[in-house]
Amino acid sequence: MTQEPLLKARGLYKRYGKVTALNNCDFDLMPGEILAVIGDNGAGKSSLIKALSGAVQPDEGEITLEGKQVHFASPLEARGHGIECVYQTLAMSPALSIADNMFMGRELRKPGIMGSLFRQLDRPAMEKFAREKLTELGLMTIQNINQAVETLSGGQRQGVAVARAAAFGSKVVILDEPTAALGVKESRRVLELIRDVRSRGIPIILISHNMPHVFEVADRIHIHRLGSRLCVIKPGDYSMSDAVAFMTGAKVPDEVAEAA
Amino acid sequence: MSSDAKAATSYEEGLKGASESVAEFKEKKSALARLQHWLHMTPSAVPMIVLIAAVIIFGLLSPNFFKAMTISTILQQIAIVGILGCAQSLVVLTAGIDLSVGAIAVFSSVLMGQFTFRYGIPAPISILLGLALGTAMGFANGWLVAKVKLPPFIVTLGTWQIILAANYIYSANETIRSSEIAEVAPALQFWGNSIQPGGVKVLYAVFLLIAMVAVLSYVLRQTAWGRHVYAVGDDPDAAELAGVQTKRVLIQVYALAGLFCAIAGWVMIGRFGSVSPSASTGQLGNIQSITAVVIGGISLFGGRGSIVGMFFGALIVGVFEMGLKMVGTDPQWTFFLIGLLIILAVAVDQWIRKASA
Repeated sequence: MTQEPLLKARGLYKRYGKVTALNNCDFDLMPGEILAVIGDNGAGKSSLIKALSGAVQPDEGEITLEGKQVHFASPLEARGHGIECVYQTLAMSPALSIADNMFMGRELRKPGIMGSLFRQLDRPAMEKFAREKLTELGLMTIQNINQAVETLSGGQRQGVAVARAAAFGSKVVILDEPTAALGVKESRRVLELIRDVRSRGIPIILISHNMPHVFEVADRIHIHRLGSRLCVIKPGDYSMSDAVAFMTGAKVPDEVAEAA
Repeated sequence: MSSDAKAATSYEEGLKGASESVAEFKEKKSALARLQHWLHMTPSAVPMIVLIAAVIIFGLLSPNFFKAMTISTILQQIAIVGILGCAQSLVVLTAGIDLSVGAIAVFSSVLMGQFTFRYGIPAPISILLGLALGTAMGFANGWLVAKVKLPPFIVTLGTWQIILAANYIYSANETIRSSEIAEVAPALQFWGNSIQPGGVKVLYAVFLLIAMVAVLSYVLRQTAWGRHVYAVGDDPDAAELAGVQTKRVLIQVYALAGLFCAIAGWVMIGRFGSVSPSASTGQLGNIQSITAVVIGGISLFGGRGSIVGMFFGALIVGVFEMGLKMVGTDPQWTFFLIGLLIILAVAVDQWIRKASA
């Protein structure tokens, strides 16, 4: 291994009562790669992602970002370190506009006294930025960037959430099931967007059940099983059915079998 | 395993020849749907329409209704409910409810009066102390809601009783007379002063209410904090994940509501002249303010509505009371109609929400 991982986790534990969601879990994200995380339902993928994005705090273990140990007490802190996450629930306020949602928690203020003293929002700048980002995603033939998010379709909402993460993520972008609610065409756009983000040098963690999508875009695949990392494979080395067999426990990958 | 990768994308070949455009935002077609959408964007439109209709109807029924005197009386009468409504609006926007607004107002007014008369503290300092203590009562509500995670209805049902009882115990149910206040501490009655352009009396309290509505409207629409208040009421989990410090916002909202209630308490002294621990606001302030908020189109489920709507809501109640009195009907008709309006307002709110579907 010549490169140091950008985001690394070692020995993570997270217990909810008697349920152990993360059981001595390791994780490595290399700079500039697309890392897919797959695993059966209940394998602890979501817990892992939440630990990395600050939404939950692991009971034990350490997370390092660019070689420095970090503790995220909230998603806001993770964001402060340049980690953006698109949650499965999308985390959008339905009654607020697209622009409001994109800038939630990091609003722009007007320059000069209107911004510093009266704390007025710079709506034109926020709307322009939101419009640009959605256009990049090809999601835009929109008349009204001030449209409430709840008036959008499921796919459009997902598009806005992905655009928000892609626009602000400076170190890592995490996408939890980004194509689950999307049609074929919209999914394609999201996959293109994922590649766009990588070409800007930002690594991506992609959680998905969609094997064709995973095998198409991922550089490496982290297979999660029973609360920890089973193995990491390259999509070229194994078939989709192998990957499914590993994650369901029907088959054991060679290197794990050798180690055992 | 390159065949796999090929298989992965092959199903998309079916897309060839299909329209290239991605999901678009389509214009709504029917007039009713457009109206629904417009109301969805402009939540204060409904109460405004009702208000204008009520004014026109009462103007036709009673020729005296359009006198400046009538309007100034209506504004005077809604000043206190309007300020309590500002407090209530903030709380309701976060999907909460504050039953203690009237109690905080009365107790704050009693504190201001007693500090001045019992301990001889200069009136302006007593007022500041009263405002600070009102804010502290609101803070207690907010802390219980945000940190202890109790339902707002239960928290404020409790603090309503506690504060009102504390108010009677502390004051020994003693009223401070108007003449005494005017002599010793006129600052307490400041908001009862008035200007009289063209012989029409307008209380300072009315200007205060309008200024508060204007400032709050700006804060809620034009600042990040205002957007966060809406986001917390809309979907607290989403707001939290999106980076809003929901607990802090909640506590700030309840504390600010407490401050507004204390301001309403100060205004009460100016409006009634005396300081009375048994003022009816203590029992009715919460219901009156909730009525203004609901008729004003603010959703009790949080995250929707505007402060200007609440102002229209308070005005509608004032116009109904005054108009029916001038027409000479049984005053019970006022409550009858206001009851109808409340139900209608919530029904309209539910209908507007469907614009999202």
